[in-house]
Amino acid sequence: MQRKTLVKLLSILFLATTFTMSAKDTSKDAASSGDTRAERKQQVKDYIAHHLLDSHDFGLFSYTDDATKEKHHIGFPLPVILWDDGLKVFSSSKFHHGETVAEVDGNFYIIEHAKIYKTDAAGTITYDDVHHATNAKPLDFSITKGVFMILLTAFLMFFLFRGLAKSYATNGGIAKGTGRFFEPIITYIRDDIAIANIGETKHKKYMPFLLTVFFFIWFLNMFGLTPLGVNVTGNIAVTTALALIVFLITTFTGTKDYWKHIFDPLGDGMPWAGKIFIYIILVPIEILGLFIKPFALLIRLYANMTAGHVVLGSLLGLIYIFQNWIGGSLSFGLAFAISLIEILVALLQAYIFTMLAALYFGFASETHEHEEEQDGEIAHL
Amino acid sequence: MEKLINEFSVGLFFWQAVVFILLLFLLRKFAWTPILNAVNEREQGIKDALDAAEKAKLEMANLQADNEKLLQEARVEREAMMKEAREIKASMIAGAKDEAQAEASKAIASAQASIQAEKKAAVAELKSTVASLSIEIAEKIVKSELSNKDKQLELVETMLKDANVN
Repeated sequence: MQRKTLVKLLSILFLATTFTMSAKDTSKDAASSGDTRAERKQQVKDYIAHHLLDSHDFGLFSYTDDATKEKHHIGFPLPVILWDDGLKVFSSSKFHHGETVAEVDGNFYIIEHAKIYKTDAAGTITYDDVHHATNAKPLDFSITKGVFMILLTAFLMFFLFRGLAKSYATNGGIAKGTGRFFEPIITYIRDDIAIANIGETKHKKYMPFLLTVFFFIWFLNMFGLTPLGVNVTGNIAVTTALALIVFLITTFTGTKDYWKHIFDPLGDGMPWAGKIFIYIILVPIEILGLFIKPFALLIRLYANMTAGHVVLGSLLGLIYIFQNWIGGSLSFGLAFAISLIEILVALLQAYIFTMLAALYFGFASETHEHEEEQDGEIAHL
Repeated sequence: MEKLINEFSVGLFFWQAVVFILLLFLLRKFAWTPILNAVNEREQGIKDALDAAEKAKLEMANLQADNEKLLQEARVEREAMMKEAREIKASMIAGAKDEAQAEASKAIASAQASIQAEKKAAVAELKSTVASLSIEIAEKIVKSELSNKDKQLELVETMLKDANVN
């Protein structure tokens, strides 16, 4: 029952994406003067930059009261967890949406560009010559908007797939409800991603990771398209964590053949005197490749999701910049079209990440007849 | 690149890694393993069922062939039995006929034999009767003939004449 409600809620959010997003983005920071087009452009730019970053409270939208010129934020605060000579936990409401300094146990903290800095009672921030704050930074383990969404996605996935697993037990091996939708995706990942890249015999131990990472990225990508305005998979820290796990799994499940392929790609096919000159170039490239592969993964996901959010945000921002019927409806139409593409991209990026991870696992776990390999390598050279 | 490093948040990285790994292990235990097992089992079940159906089909065909064979055998047997019965019938009829024939001819023969015997007896009786009658008659004639002398002579003469002619 709970699951059904959740799914319904999600579908409604997806459907309402474009409409509410336009509502959200146009109701932005009107507190500063937005009289000239250049100013408005700058505001949109700042807003998008702000949106791409994580934030310490869960803001849905904000508006400025025309009469009192007071800015209202709709959303809820999240817990801030700092390690600064001891654990400090407090609500992010203390920052008043980054507008004030928070005082905890005699220490003062301030938020600048979504990061928490130590400051004094007046909230002084010193900058270096490239406009980076030089204040001391406490270790920040806050449950930010991103972390909140990660946790939410984790719970959603757990209940969704736990329910699917249970429905097999109670329904005589046949999926029930939402499981009917996800089961073909799971079998697709097994047959066309895992078995195709890793092989029939060895794919089993990689399946949990591939399935988890696929649905995790996909769900978070989709959440990114909802009016919640979260940008989790477009955050470099998140993609780095995912790629690092891929790297670790690849490294620790690597077979002898995998390492041999890196450090001795030609095998016994050539005398060592001949190999040494090739290896001066070849081996560093192979070693570099170990790190480039997961790095490409993290950059690809980050760049794609960020680009999507920037494009959508800019198109919606155009409504605010133009402030007329023609430009407004035109950018709305464009944003709608891009949203549809973004739904595809959300799935595609999850697929690509999973596919490439499976490919790397396939490299790592392969054991093959070296005779053939040698012939191939030499012919290739 | 510098912007990326600046954007990197250690806290988010930490939470992402922790939550993801936790989720991975939880899902592996409570979701993926049972789901994949169930799917595999079902696929295996479908495969087995298809195999079984194929086997059943083959068995059915075999059974049908067997039935056909059995039927053929039964038909042949029936044919043989009918033939045998017919032969038995024919031979029985023939035997009965022969027996009847033999019985009949035997009866006829005995009848004929008894007729012959009767006939013989009758003939013998007739002969004796005729002989005695002839002797009686002859006696009577001779008596009458020999009563007259002339006639006795005449007879001798006639007899003699006959004897001459002979």
